[in-house]
Amino acid sequence: MSHAQLAPPIYGLLAEFDTATDLVNATRSAYAAGYRKMDAYSPFPIEEASEAVGFHKSRVPLIVLVGGILGGASGYGLQYWINCISYPLNIGGKPYQSWPAFIVPTFELTILFAGLCGVFGMFALNGLPMPHHPLFNVDRFSRVTRDKFFLCVEAADPKFDLADTELFMRSLQPASISEVPH
Amino acid sequence: MQQGPEERTILQDVPWPDEPPVMAPGQTFGSVTDTIADAVLKRPIGLGWVLGLFIAMSMVGVLMMAVTYLFLVGVGIWGINIPIGWGFAIINFVWWIGIGHAGTLISAILLLLKQTWRNSINRFAEAMTLFAVACAGMFPLLHLGRPWLAYWMFPYPSSMGVWPQFRSPLVWDVFAVSTYATISAVFWYVGLVPDLATMREKAKHPLTRKMYGILGMGWRGSARHWKNYEALYILLAGIATPLVLSVHTVVSFDFAVAIMPGWHTTIFPPYFVAGAIYSGFAMVLVLAIPIRKYYHLEGMITMRHLQNSAKIMLATGLIVAYGYAFEAFIAFYSGSTYERFMMQNRWFGQYAVFYWMLILFNILIPQVLWFPKVRANIKALFCISLVILVGMWLERFVIIVTSLSRDFLPSSWGHYTATRWDYAILAGTIGFFSMAMFIFIRIMPSISIFEMRTLLPEAEVKAK
Repeated sequence: MSHAQLAPPIYGLLAEFDTATDLVNATRSAYAAGYRKMDAYSPFPIEEASEAVGFHKSRVPLIVLVGGILGGASGYGLQYWINCISYPLNIGGKPYQSWPAFIVPTFELTILFAGLCGVFGMFALNGLPMPHHPLFNVDRFSRVTRDKFFLCVEAADPKFDLADTELFMRSLQPASISEVPH
Repeated sequence: MQQGPEERTILQDVPWPDEPPVMAPGQTFGSVTDTIADAVLKRPIGLGWVLGLFIAMSMVGVLMMAVTYLFLVGVGIWGINIPIGWGFAIINFVWWIGIGHAGTLISAILLLLKQTWRNSINRFAEAMTLFAVACAGMFPLLHLGRPWLAYWMFPYPSSMGVWPQFRSPLVWDVFAVSTYATISAVFWYVGLVPDLATMREKAKHPLTRKMYGILGMGWRGSARHWKNYEALYILLAGIATPLVLSVHTVVSFDFAVAIMPGWHTTIFPPYFVAGAIYSGFAMVLVLAIPIRKYYHLEGMITMRHLQNSAKIMLATGLIVAYGYAFEAFIAFYSGSTYERFMMQNRWFGQYAVFYWMLILFNILIPQVLWFPKVRANIKALFCISLVILVGMWLERFVIIVTSLSRDFLPSSWGHYTATRWDYAILAGTIGFFSMAMFIFIRIMPSISIFEMRTLLPEAEVKAK
């Protein structure tokens, strides 16, 4: 069987909700019903929504920590190598390895690496930039950046069945249901 | 920001009975979005804006002229000479970078302290930080004498085999300021991404849509994305907080590590940081008052914001006053002839008038902020903020010029007068700053839309 035949004809089913509470409740029900490949969409961060889709732990803090350690180590290492090995200068008789003086650039590079690793890491984990996404094919979805809340159960979910899933989503009493074409 | 349902009710700041609200009543997710986005997308370009931009750009023209002449002739066109080698360039550098500090304070420190009222002023305060740091950054470069060799300040493997000298605070400054500029820029941009997606969906013109679309990175508000986003945002706030404190601390090291009387003092770092926040909040008010009026954002930048900013100015102003008092006390208590002379020279010397103006502008006049009536008077707040901005500029003038003009040896004393080129560059950077702000408020949402949505009661998820 070729891959093309396996690919489902649609990306998923998209349910629209009017309030954050409805979205979170619907997402919890969908999770309880066994759906896993799904995501909730909202115009502002909702802590409960990410919990409800089963996304409990972000890896961003780890990336920031690693970036910070790398930045601090390379910052101090750079200064040590420059002022003690490559180009030693006698400044007022101070020792070559004047660690208190090296703290400031070490600190700044810790912050710089931690911040940049965090930003690039966050975008990488989120798969952004991604200018085109199947969800943008649904006109109503544009209101996710304004005042509406959406739950998308993806066709890639093993439990997904167009008729059954649609029936299930109706039971969540959404404002509307749309098929998301690829 | 990251608060559970129970936490939110406890920690969201509860105003005093008579205090104005953070947001005018009756707002919805849609109305918040429309009010902020339409100020950019729908509002026609007004005559006032064009005129303001024209004046700002004329001042940028003056800056270009002054910089061109500076590059052709050299720093001799300024009033600086030995012994006063640090004139307007360093005064303006410290002044501008201090102004930038309030932006980071609002966006990072107040976020960590869960002061949710900050949500409507953080965006343009961060923009203010970026533009102020850009203005600040020009001065050390122009002051170099040979600005085309500015890259020598960075450690890079050069064919000359030389490297920076890391025991010098001036090298620390390069790292502190460039890190600050970078982190402020990414913090600002990360905060903008969800709003750029809003702008993408709201914009009508295909080209505008494309521009916001590219900048917005295809943000689609996924719960997983928000989770990573919030984790990063709070961490960026966490690392920007020590960063902002470190930047003005390092700037004060430029002075405090030197042995010059009046500079060599341990009170400099905290008192510089307090002064930076003081002038920064003054600039926030100078910008917020006209922006809320002309863009009809009174429902979002309420009296609460203006009053809270006034209170922060009052508090940081008192820290600065404490700094001045202790400088004077230590000058006499130290028993050092040079320190004592420096203080007497500040009070009664050739630049005494600037010192007393500084005391008047920075300490005496702002005391009227104790009165709630003054804090509720927008015009008074605007004028006091301008007074503080001038006062903080004078502070740096007094620190730099009085100390350098009267050091240890009378044979090396001197006098400093700024030339027209000094004033041209100062005015030019004010023009550059204003131009950048004028353009910013026309092309970007000047209030964080998604953070404003979280302030609405509907944003709370109610238990089943």
